[in-house]
Amino acid sequence: MTKSDPFAGERLKHSPFHPRQAALNLRNAWSSWNGTQFADYYYDAEYEYFCIRNSCATYDICPMQKYEISGTDAEAMLDRMVTRDVTKLKENRVTYVCWCTDAGRMVDDGTIFKLGPDRFMLTCGSPSLAWLRKCTYGYKHLTVTDISDTLAGLSFQGPTTCEVLKKMGLMDIETLKPFGIMHFPFGSGSLMVSRTGFTGDLGYELWVQTDLALALWDALYDAGEDYGIQPYGEAATNMARLEAGFIMPGMEFNEALKTVHFHHDQTPFELGLDWLVDFKKARFNGRSALLIERERGPEYTLIKLDIEGNKPAEGSYLYRNKRCTKQIGYVTSAMWSPVVKANIALAMVKTKHLGENIWAEIYYEKELRQNSKVAKCTLQKKPFWAPPRARATPPQPF
Amino acid sequence: MTDYDAIVIGAGHNGLICAAYLARSGKRVLVLEASDSVGGLAATREFHPGFRTSVAHAISQFSAKIARDLDLSTHGYTPGEAMATVGLDEAGNHVILKGSTVSGVGPDDTAEFIAFRRMMQRYSDVLKPFSLKTIPHIGKNSFSDIATFAQMGLKLRLLGKEDMQELLRIMALPARDLMDEKFDSGLLKSLLSWDGLIGSKQAPRSPNHTVLSMLYRMIGDHGGDPAIPAGGIDSLISALAEAVMAAGAEIRTSTPVERIKIDGGEKGLSATGVVLADGKIITAEKIISAADPKRTFLDLVGVDNLEIGFTNRIQRLHSDGYVAKLHLALSGLPDFTGLESPDGRMIIAPELDVIEFAYDDAKYGGLPEHPVMEIVIPTLKNASLAPDGQHVLSAHVMYVPHDLKGGWTAAARDQLCERVIDTIARYAPGIRQQILHQELLTPYDIAQSYNVTGGHWHHVEFTLFQMMMMRPTYEAAQYTTPISGLYLASAGCHPGGGLMGGPGHNAAHEILK
Amino acid sequence: MKTYDAIIMGAGHNGLTNAAYLAKAGLDVLVVEKNAYIGGAAVSRELHTGFTYSNCSYVCSMMRQAIHRDLNLTRHGLVLVPYLGTVSFSDDGGTLVSYHTAEAEYNQLRARSPHDADAMFRFQTDLARYAQLIRKTLLRTPPDPTSFKPRDIMELLFLAKEFWALGEQEIYEYVRFFTMSAAEFLDDYFEDDLIKATMAGAGIIGTALGVYSPGSAYILLHHVMGDVDGNIGAWGLARGGMGAISNAIAGAAREFGAEIRTNAGVDKMLVRDGKAAGVVLENGEEIYSRIVVSNLDAKRTFTKIVDRKDLPPGIYEKASNFKIRGSSGKVNIALSGLPKFNNVPDNRYINRGGQAFVGSLETMERAYDCWKRGRWSEDPFIECVIPSAWDPTVAPPGQHWMSCFVQYCPPQLADGPWTAKKRNQFGQTIVNKIERYSPGFKDLIVHMEVRTPHEIEAEVGLTEGNIFQGELTIDQLLFNRPFPGYAQYRMPVKNMYMCGSSTHPGGGVSSACGANAAREILYDLKRPNVVPQDDFYDE
Repeated sequence: MTKSDPFAGERLKHSPFHPRQAALNLRNAWSSWNGTQFADYYYDAEYEYFCIRNSCATYDICPMQKYEISGTDAEAMLDRMVTRDVTKLKENRVTYVCWCTDAGRMVDDGTIFKLGPDRFMLTCGSPSLAWLRKCTYGYKHLTVTDISDTLAGLSFQGPTTCEVLKKMGLMDIETLKPFGIMHFPFGSGSLMVSRTGFTGDLGYELWVQTDLALALWDALYDAGEDYGIQPYGEAATNMARLEAGFIMPGMEFNEALKTVHFHHDQTPFELGLDWLVDFKKARFNGRSALLIERERGPEYTLIKLDIEGNKPAEGSYLYRNKRCTKQIGYVTSAMWSPVVKANIALAMVKTKHLGENIWAEIYYEKELRQNSKVAKCTLQKKPFWAPPRARATPPQPF
Repeated sequence: MTDYDAIVIGAGHNGLICAAYLARSGKRVLVLEASDSVGGLAATREFHPGFRTSVAHAISQFSAKIARDLDLSTHGYTPGEAMATVGLDEAGNHVILKGSTVSGVGPDDTAEFIAFRRMMQRYSDVLKPFSLKTIPHIGKNSFSDIATFAQMGLKLRLLGKEDMQELLRIMALPARDLMDEKFDSGLLKSLLSWDGLIGSKQAPRSPNHTVLSMLYRMIGDHGGDPAIPAGGIDSLISALAEAVMAAGAEIRTSTPVERIKIDGGEKGLSATGVVLADGKIITAEKIISAADPKRTFLDLVGVDNLEIGFTNRIQRLHSDGYVAKLHLALSGLPDFTGLESPDGRMIIAPELDVIEFAYDDAKYGGLPEHPVMEIVIPTLKNASLAPDGQHVLSAHVMYVPHDLKGGWTAAARDQLCERVIDTIARYAPGIRQQILHQELLTPYDIAQSYNVTGGHWHHVEFTLFQMMMMRPTYEAAQYTTPISGLYLASAGCHPGGGLMGGPGHNAAHEILK
Repeated sequence: MKTYDAIIMGAGHNGLTNAAYLAKAGLDVLVVEKNAYIGGAAVSRELHTGFTYSNCSYVCSMMRQAIHRDLNLTRHGLVLVPYLGTVSFSDDGGTLVSYHTAEAEYNQLRARSPHDADAMFRFQTDLARYAQLIRKTLLRTPPDPTSFKPRDIMELLFLAKEFWALGEQEIYEYVRFFTMSAAEFLDDYFEDDLIKATMAGAGIIGTALGVYSPGSAYILLHHVMGDVDGNIGAWGLARGGMGAISNAIAGAAREFGAEIRTNAGVDKMLVRDGKAAGVVLENGEEIYSRIVVSNLDAKRTFTKIVDRKDLPPGIYEKASNFKIRGSSGKVNIALSGLPKFNNVPDNRYINRGGQAFVGSLETMERAYDCWKRGRWSEDPFIECVIPSAWDPTVAPPGQHWMSCFVQYCPPQLADGPWTAKKRNQFGQTIVNKIERYSPGFKDLIVHMEVRTPHEIEAEVGLTEGNIFQGELTIDQLLFNRPFPGYAQYRMPVKNMYMCGSSTHPGGGVSSACGANAAREILYDLKRPNVVPQDDFYDE
C-alpha cells in the first residue's frame, strides 16, 4: 500500500506483460481474471480471432493459477485427485484433466505438466489452494508451491506460430508433438515451451520466470513481426474455444465447491468428458459416485449445436417442440462462427431427449426492438473447428 | 480361501465384544492387539511395583444384554453395585448422590433433584432402545430405516406434549442454564453437570452438546451411576477375553497391524486382509477395526484409498482428549475430611464457575489453575491391585489439553501433577505423606501409549454433530465404510464410548446381516 | 369508553409493523409507548446539537424487503443504502480491508493468505447455502412439533422437505454448522487469524457466547443472512439514522388509521374473564381493547406487565428462566472531523466504510472471559461505523459521528452496580482502544454517549439490555422462541399476543416478528391475510 496511491488496494494487479499489453490496448478494453487486469480485446475482437486462425497471436495466461507439486508422493496425490491416470504421463508431457468431489461433481479442469520424476505443474483457471490442501492431507513427502506470481505464461496460437518460434531460435521446435514440452536456455534463465492451447489450432504456451517476461515478449514480437503477430484477449479466446468445443468454467460448468444450489454443478459425464474418466484406475476421487452415474447415465449431456439462421442463441432455452412448450435444456455458449460460417452453440440437454428434435427460442435486439424466433437445431458430433494442422508434426512451414 | 472369516483390529472391549458375537455365530475370527494385554483403555497395568490400575476406572453403562448374550457371568463378570457420587467440600459438607437420593443439600434442592432425575430418566429412556441399534442413513431409506425413525418420533411423542416440548428445549441448553433454573447448591450443580461435561471440550456455559451426553450416560443400568464390577474392571475385560476364546476365536497380543490390505477392482475397493509390522499378510473376508476412526482411516487404510472429502471429514473430527489421568500409589487409605469412606466416586468441582474457569485456562492451551477432577479408589473394590493395606488412587483430571502451549515437557507434567495433588490435599490433607509413587498421563501420553488418536477415551468427542447417524461421519455411521469388507466397531461409532459395548455389539449385528 | 380492537405495547419497529398490518386489515389499533419518542431500539436521537445518533441499533440488513415494499416505506421517507467495506484491525496493527469489489477483495485476502483467498469462495458459498434455508423461515410462523393440527403438520412437512432436499451430506454439514462454534467452523476454512477474527465478529455480536462457544456459528449466520437489494450479507445504513425505519413504519401505520401514543408506559395488562382486555398505564389510565399485543421482551412481559395470577402455572417460571443476558455496550461519539487510522489508506471509499477492532480470536474470547467474570475487557471487540461519512442529515458538514458497538459489556458488574463513574471508565476504555489505532482520535471528540446494558434496559426497556430481546441459542429459536408451545405469537392469556424480537425469527431490525404476529392475529380474527409471507429469496 503506497502512500502515494491511497487506492492501491482497490486496483487490479498487473500482469508481468502489462507494459507491452497496455501499449497495444488501444480500446482500453479491460476486464479481470483472478484479481489481475486482463484484456477483453486490444483492437478488435474479430480481427484478433482471425489472427489466431490465420497467422499468430498471443494471449496472457499469467492470471491462470499454477502450482508446482513436487516430492515422492506428488504422483500418487495427483493420481488420486484427478479422474485420469497420471501414472501413465511421461516426463515432459502435458495432460488435460478434470477433478471431482466425492460425489463426482466437477471441481475444476486444468492441465498437469510432468516436469521430472517427482515434479509436476498443475494449471487451472481458478484459485485452488484450499482444495489442494484437502487433497494433500495425509501425504508426507510432498510440497505444493503456488507459482502463479512467479511464473509468467504466454499462450501463442495460430498456424504460423511454429515458424515464428523457429525464427526466434528455438531449435527443433518443429519436432515438438502435441502435449509435449521442450526447454530452451533464455536470457539468464530458461524458457519452457509446451504444445498446448485453448483454441483448437496449432499453438504453444511459453513459460518463463516473471523477470524474463518482457524479454520473452520482445523476442517473440521481434520474430513474429513479419507474421502478423497480435495480442488477443478474452473475447477472441472465447470464440476460438467454442469452435473447438472446449468447455469454460462459469459457462458450461459451475465449480462444485462454489455452487450454492443442489445439483447446479455438473459431472464429467454431463460435460462429455467420459474420455477423461479412467475406471481402470481403482482409486480416484469421486469414483464410486461416477460409477453409479455411468450405469445410470447422466441427467444432462453437453452437446454441440448448429442452429439455423444467424442469430446467436445466447442464453436460449431449448425445446423438443416448435411451439416451445416442452423444455429440454439450455444453451451455455453461442456465437456466429466466422470461420465455419455457421450459427453454433454448446448446450446442455436432458439426456433422455437427445434423439429428438431440438428447437431454440432465440431473443435478439434490432435497433432497440426485441425480437424472438424459434430456430431448428442440428446436433453436431465433431468440434466445429478441428483442422489437421493443429496436430501435425512437424507443423506446416510458412 | 481366506485365512479367517474376520479379523478384528484392537482388543479393547468393543473389539472383544464384536469378536465374541462373530465367533459365536460360527465365524473364524482373529483378534489382533498391538499392546501386550487386552482391554485397551480398560486394560489393567502396573504403574508402580505391586500397584496396578486401568485408565478407565468405573463403568456406568455396560449393557446387561451383552453380558447376558455372551454369558459373561460364567466367565467371572459380576456387575458392580452403583457407587455414590460425592461432591467434595473442603469443610466436609459433602453433597452425596446415589440413585435418586441426595444428601447435603436443602429441601428445595432435594425435591428438585428427585424431579430432575425422574425427568432425565424419562428422556434417557427415549434414547435407550436405540443404543443397541444401527441408526440408519438419512435420505436413503428402506422400510426398516423409516421404521426406526418412526419409532424414534413415536417415542418422543409418547412423552406427552409438555415433556416433549421441554426435551426439545433443554436438549441444547448449556449445563449451567439448566442447573441455574433448578438448583441452588453450587456443589450439586457441579455434580449433576459433571457427566455431561467430562471428556469433552465443553464447559458449563457451552450450549448444544452437554445435555445429550448426560442422557446418554443415563442409558446405563444404574441410571448412569458409576459402578465397579465385583472383581474390578479387570474382571470385565478378562471375562470378555474368555468369552471370545470360548467361542473359538483367537486373540494375538503384541501384534500391531501395520496397515489394512486394500485391493482395487472394477467395482471399487475392498479390504482383504491386514499387513503386520513384520510384513506378514493375514487375509480375511471381513476386516473390523476397533481402533479409533482417525487411526483406522488415516493410518491403517491410508488416504490413497479414501476419497478426499471423506478424508477431510475424518481429519476434522473433534477427537482430542481433554482429560489427564493421575495414578497414585498410596501407603494407606486416604482420609477425606468429613467422609466416612472414600468408596464412592469423588468429584472435586466446588461450583460451576470453577469448572468454567478451568476450561478457560485450557482452551488457550494452558493448564488449569484450579483443576477439577473425579477420583476413585479402585483398591476398595479389588484389593489385589495393590499390596496389602495399600491403595491406588485414580483420578480423571478435566480440561487438560492434548496440545499444550509449549509442549508437554517434564516440567509441565510435574507442574500439573503437583497442582492436582495440591488440590486433592485440600480435601484429604494427609495424602502427601501417603504417596509412594505418582504417575500422570496427559491426553498426549494416552494417545501414545494406547494407540488412541488424540487420547480421547470416546475416540470421537460426544457432540450433537458427532452422534448417531453422524458418528463418526455420515458415510461410516452404520459400521460399514466406503471400503467394502471394512467395518468399524469402535467407540468412534454410535452409541459411543464409555465401556458401553454398543459399537461392538451393533457392528457384529451389521456384519452378520 | 372506547374499546380498541387491538392495543400494542411498545412502539419499537416490530410493534409498529404489527400495528401497520392490523390497521391495514381494518382494525382499530392503538400503540402505546413509554418514551416520548417512538422507535424503541431503532431510533435516531439528537443528543448533541447538530448530531443525530442511531444510539442503539446502527446498521440494517435484516429488514424484510417484502415488508419495505408492501408498506411503501420509501414513500414514508425510508432510504436504505448499502455501506462500503469495513477495515478490520488485528492486535499487532495489521489491517484487512473488505473491499466492495470482489476482485480487490480477493487480492487483499491473497496478500494475507493465498490459501484463504481461495477458501473464501467456498466459505461464502457454504454460508449462502445455510442462509438460504433460514431465510425461507423468516416470514413464516414456526410450526409446533408437538401439535397434530393440519396447519402445523403442513408447516413441519414444508421444513422437513426443505431439509431433506439438502441431501445426506448437506444435512450433516448443517447439523455441524448449527451446533458448533464460530471459531471452530472458521478453522475448517481459514488459516489467517485476522481473517478468522473478522468473520467471527458476527458470531458474537449481541450474544452472551464467545467465539469458541458452540452455537456461535449460527449467530454468525444470523448476521449475514440479511441482505440489501438481494446482496446477501450486505449491511445498509438508513438515511437519517435507524429512527428513519421506525418513523417510516409509523407513517404507514398512521396512514392506515393506527393511533400512536407516546409518554404512555404500560404498568399492567388488564385481564377480564381470563382474556386480555386492555392495559393500565403508569399514570393509572385504563384503556380497553379486544386483543393486546406485547412488543416488549418475553421476560418483561410475563414477569412485570402481566399479573402472575392471570397466568397459567409455569409461565412465570418460564419467563423468569428466559435467557436474555445483556452482553453489549454502545458508545456514540460526535467528532469534529473524520478520524484517520494507522495502516489504512486515506481513501474516500474506505473512509465511508466501517472499522472493526477485532484483535484476534483469542482477544475476542478473552473479552468474553471478562464478561463471564462480571467485568469488561480492557481490549474489547469494537465494531464502528461513521454514518455521517455519507449521510449529510446526521451531522454538520465536515463533522461526524461514530457508532461504536462493544462486545462485551456485562449487565451486572462483579464489584457492584453500574455507576456513572464506571460507565465513564467503560467509555474511556473504548476511546483508548480506538486511539491506539487512530492517534489523535481523542482530540476530535465533541460529545460522547456511553450506553451499557444498564442504560439500554433503563431507556429502551430491553431486559438486561439484551439487544435481541432474548438470546439466539437453539433452546430459544424457532418453535422454542420465546417458550416451547408459545412460538406462534399467541400467548397463554387468551386474546394476548407477542410481536417483538422475543419471538421467531428473533433479533435484528427485520420487522418479521411484527408481521408474522399480525398474520396470526388476523388468522384468529378470521380476517383475510394482508401480511406478505414469502420474501424474494428464491427469485
